[in-house]
Amino acid sequence: MPIILDHVNYVYDSDSPTSKKALNDVCLTIPDGQFIGIIGHTGSGKSTLVQHLNGLLKATEGHIYVDGEDIYDKDYNLKKLRSKVGLVFQYPEHQLFEIDVFSDVCYGPKNLGLEKKEVELRAYDALRKVGLPDDLFYQSPFELSGGQKRRVAIAGVLAMKPKVLILDEPTAGLDPKGRNEILDQVKQLQKETGITILLVSHSMDDVAEYVDRIIVMNKGAVKYDDVPKEVFKHYKELEEVGLAAPQVTYIMRDLAANGVPVGTDATTIHEATEEILRALGR
Amino acid sequence: MKTVKARNVVFEYIRRDEEGNVEGINTAVDHVSLDVNPGEFIAILGHNGSGKSTFAKHINAILYPTEGNLWVDGMDTLDEEKLWEIRQTAGMVFQNPDNQIIGQVVEEDVGFGPENMGVPTKEIWERVEESLKAVGMYEYRKHSPNKLSGGQKQRVSIAGVLAMHPKCIILDEPTAMLDPNGRADVIRAVRALNEVEGMTVILITHYMEEIIHADKVFVMDKGKIAMEGTPKEVFSRVEELKALRLDVPQVTLLAYELQKRGLPIPKGILTTEEFTREIQKLRNPVRRA
Repeated sequence: MPIILDHVNYVYDSDSPTSKKALNDVCLTIPDGQFIGIIGHTGSGKSTLVQHLNGLLKATEGHIYVDGEDIYDKDYNLKKLRSKVGLVFQYPEHQLFEIDVFSDVCYGPKNLGLEKKEVELRAYDALRKVGLPDDLFYQSPFELSGGQKRRVAIAGVLAMKPKVLILDEPTAGLDPKGRNEILDQVKQLQKETGITILLVSHSMDDVAEYVDRIIVMNKGAVKYDDVPKEVFKHYKELEEVGLAAPQVTYIMRDLAANGVPVGTDATTIHEATEEILRALGR
Repeated sequence: MKTVKARNVVFEYIRRDEEGNVEGINTAVDHVSLDVNPGEFIAILGHNGSGKSTFAKHINAILYPTEGNLWVDGMDTLDEEKLWEIRQTAGMVFQNPDNQIIGQVVEEDVGFGPENMGVPTKEIWERVEESLKAVGMYEYRKHSPNKLSGGQKQRVSIAGVLAMHPKCIILDEPTAMLDPNGRADVIRAVRALNEVEGMTVILITHYMEEIIHADKVFVMDKGKIAMEGTPKEVFSRVEELKALRLDVPQVTLLAYELQKRGLPIPKGILTTEEFTREIQKLRNPVRRA
């Protein structure tokens, strides 16, 4: 279910003096099965962008095609789109409300009008996919830890069987282990199911380890769109727009600047380790 | 006198079911003893649920120990008569910037604390000015807090605490909800307070890069202090930190990986400069004459 954004513009409060252009001529192609990081500082338009992908916001100008169909067509079924493009908001645990974990995850598929049996199968499957232990299924969602709550919230969206899963800052506020656990699980999910994943984040360190492609947003426009290695080469420009490359990039640059003959495009600890050992001839 | 002195502090809370029957007792803080000296920069690390925030809330008497005692500048937090004095001595900044700003204008918000303390008007304005300057937000004094970024709001919150002239400021994950720019600005402001103004700082966080300049680090787990030492000492123990659901800064981790592969690099490297120096040494070993 590829998604194409064709010259998309979005203006907030377009007919008032406070109007603000939040998306500026965005053209993107999102093919099936990619793991994409969308990076930008606060106010860069990254959340506005993802809210267009399931029709929560409607572009002021331009078109969005999902599976070849224009989602702004009169006859287009937006409800169906929302079950295909699942959006997990920031701090999704604030949206949990049912008496137990299992009922909470059932809520979405139940609203799709599915049979009870199918609903429960999907909920069970989704909770397994996010790695939540069975003994927590009938606990109140409010008694879980932060990381567990977040998994339940993600399962709630997965149970709708989306083809595209968008996660807005899924690791905000979690401890380092919790961050890695969630991201590992998401990566696993993508590998097993071939689902497309868009990860909205401002942590370069997180993103570098996991994604195939990075889209950097700045002032509502796409600034870079490439594999992580290429994007991080622009580390100076990234700093100018309030972002930073992973610390590893800086370490390798510093070594090179001080005469250690290392290549500077390593973005993960593993790559850096190998490169330094190579340069030292060990 | 110690700014904060904790001796065997225990905090228990009772879980109740819907009818109010006792379901169990959780020990959130379990026999914690520590000292904070005037002017120190202390960091408390720990994973979600390790008890670090619960402990921090004891320092300005939002919570009281179930067992043990905690003194702030010599005052026992169990002494109800000292409650307001303790809260003025140890000011607290919380995680969510939107939950702690009340004023319509930045300078009014910062003035709220001293006004409540009955500080004369002229002095309130002086305090507002110096506090906002200390966190680099003076030029925003006439702005509405609603239009500020998260990092700016957090700095206004810090100024609000500073205006009460505390001896110690406790920051409970002040950067957890901020982007990298906002995070850097807040940490820079906090470091300046400590280094320039000599303010005692207790920073609770799980961002490892934020604490490499701390004088001392405490790592909490299951309500207890699991590790303590200088950042260098604590970050030398990579595997132990990982077992406690924590990380080390990337440069520390890289040095550790190289060490595992047989490079003779010292433990607990904290900065890029240090790391580069060590690698250079390996390239040009000093030859003895």
